[in-house]
Amino acid sequence: MLQDKDRIFTNLYGLHDPGLDGARKRGDWRDTKELLAKGRDWIIEEMKSSGLRGRGGAGFPSGLKWSFMPKEIGDRPHYLVVNGDESEPGTCKDRDILRHDPHKLVEGCLLAGFSMSAHAAYIYVRGEFFNEAAALQKAVDEAYGAGLIGPDACGSGWAFDVFVHRGAGAYICGEETALLESLEGKKGQPRLKPPFPAMSGLYGCPTTVNNVETIAVAPTILRRGAEWFSSFGRENNHGTKVFCISGHVNNPCNVEEEMSIPLKELIETHAGGVRGGWDNLLAVIPGGSSTPMLPRHICDDVLMDFDSLKAQQTGLGTAGLIVMDKSTDIVKAIARLAYFYKHESCGQCTPCREGTGWMWRILERMVTGDAEIEEIDMLHDVSKQIEGHTICALGDGAAWPVQGLIRHFRKEIEHRILERKGVSRRPVAAE
Amino acid sequence: MSEIFEFTLENLVTAKQIVAKYPKGREASAVLPLLDLGQRQNKGWASDAVMNGVALFLDMPRIRVTEVASFYTMISMKPVGKYLLQFCTTTPCWLRNSEAVLAAASEYLGVGLGQTTEDGMFSMLEVECLGACVNAPIVQINDDMYEDLTAESMVAVLKALKAGETPPHGPQIDRQKSAPSSGAAVLTKLTFSED
Repeated sequence: MLQDKDRIFTNLYGLHDPGLDGARKRGDWRDTKELLAKGRDWIIEEMKSSGLRGRGGAGFPSGLKWSFMPKEIGDRPHYLVVNGDESEPGTCKDRDILRHDPHKLVEGCLLAGFSMSAHAAYIYVRGEFFNEAAALQKAVDEAYGAGLIGPDACGSGWAFDVFVHRGAGAYICGEETALLESLEGKKGQPRLKPPFPAMSGLYGCPTTVNNVETIAVAPTILRRGAEWFSSFGRENNHGTKVFCISGHVNNPCNVEEEMSIPLKELIETHAGGVRGGWDNLLAVIPGGSSTPMLPRHICDDVLMDFDSLKAQQTGLGTAGLIVMDKSTDIVKAIARLAYFYKHESCGQCTPCREGTGWMWRILERMVTGDAEIEEIDMLHDVSKQIEGHTICALGDGAAWPVQGLIRHFRKEIEHRILERKGVSRRPVAAE
Repeated sequence: MSEIFEFTLENLVTAKQIVAKYPKGREASAVLPLLDLGQRQNKGWASDAVMNGVALFLDMPRIRVTEVASFYTMISMKPVGKYLLQFCTTTPCWLRNSEAVLAAASEYLGVGLGQTTEDGMFSMLEVECLGACVNAPIVQINDDMYEDLTAESMVAVLKALKAGETPPHGPQIDRQKSAPSSGAAVLTKLTFSED
């Protein structure tokens, strides 16, 4: 188990003062000026060697992403945009950072922004997080008041502004280019890439979009060193990570742990185990709703990191685990997610706009077995027609959980169809 | 000419502060925050007048304001009750029995999803994931999240609101925010310099 002295988010549960005084006691804003004085290249190199990969779901190496920004400021200003539109079902980690450790994020904005020659950061917070956005705004105001950001941030001579912007209820705005559209005052519909945001992002200017957690861990990494951060987790999967454990566990919770922790250990150590014991586990969605579920036998020994989960045809995503015990109607659980994606599709690409509705309607029938056996393959086919055929990854995210259901629970779907037709009975335990 | 909405003096100051966050020429960025401010002033919904007012204030084509308002679920395009109850029923909440919470509220208030009570006090709405899944099931009431709900605690919250009280939001069970309800196994051995 990760030791408390190695936890970055020391106020994850809000037991202490989230304000500037409390944050300073926990080590935030310590020697920030000295870190800035080491220069942009040092910051980016340190982030690269820490092995940090983006914490918003895609897992792109963060230091590398920062290095894509133009080296010099040309005729257009540079922007850092922080993605706090946390809406992936199963995920609620950024919420705790925003409300309990907001100074880590504000300090991270300064360090990251400076390294990419940005004088301004916009933090986009999902609209429903009203109180969280207020807590963040309070931290921003405190940082201005103490001269930590503003015209001469931390006395470094670098001018840096941080602005909080609230969304208004649209999952799609968590997609980085949709977020930029939304921030510009438009509908949140994703843009075609290229051009990538580093070349043409917010207002057509060079922009880097990073997740809240990614930016909030940066100050601690820079203070304690890349080597410290990369001492956790396996090669290519380094660091600590906030995991969210929801669903059928005895004590659902958020917890910061070491990357590559075994899934079973994570659930048993921190969430009090599966309701009714490990043997009562049916399946786990390991990294937010977009990642395909894992049946119990894989959960027995899979590790919680990018590569280990990828090898099981799923992903770490946002590290939001949705645990389902044997009482779960597994078809219904995925049908509900299919409805989510249908509801949240922005409607721009036909395969997603139409396909998410198809998948949902077929799945709703499959819940009661009101379907044909051939429709299972048809459903899979529809998911493949969506995956990879849309501007953004929402289509993929809608297709993957359905594919995961078919991959691991095809027999369950078949049973329901045959049972309804009256040609098959489930095996009954001889008791 | 249709009805024009005007910000109160206090909100006018706020609106100007909001617009000042964005670069010159990029005032359209303020459209969502201003629609939010406008609907707060207008009993929780963005009427035609509110949208007209925001369009005028930002010098934006009216159709662009409608386009944005209709895209985002938190901008209400029709009147809502004093308390807007948003029920999350997405899978993580559903697994923790959001159906029972929804049914209890519906039975207690005598209205269903998409409806408002006759006295104009409560509107019920189904929403997608509210982003507090480890505290499921969740209901957002106006700006506040009520977490770890059961049918009983849901009704208790509604009773309190009806009585004019402000029941504390957050977890409705004995629990510190997102920490395990059994008490956290971590973050217990930290000592801070002045604690």
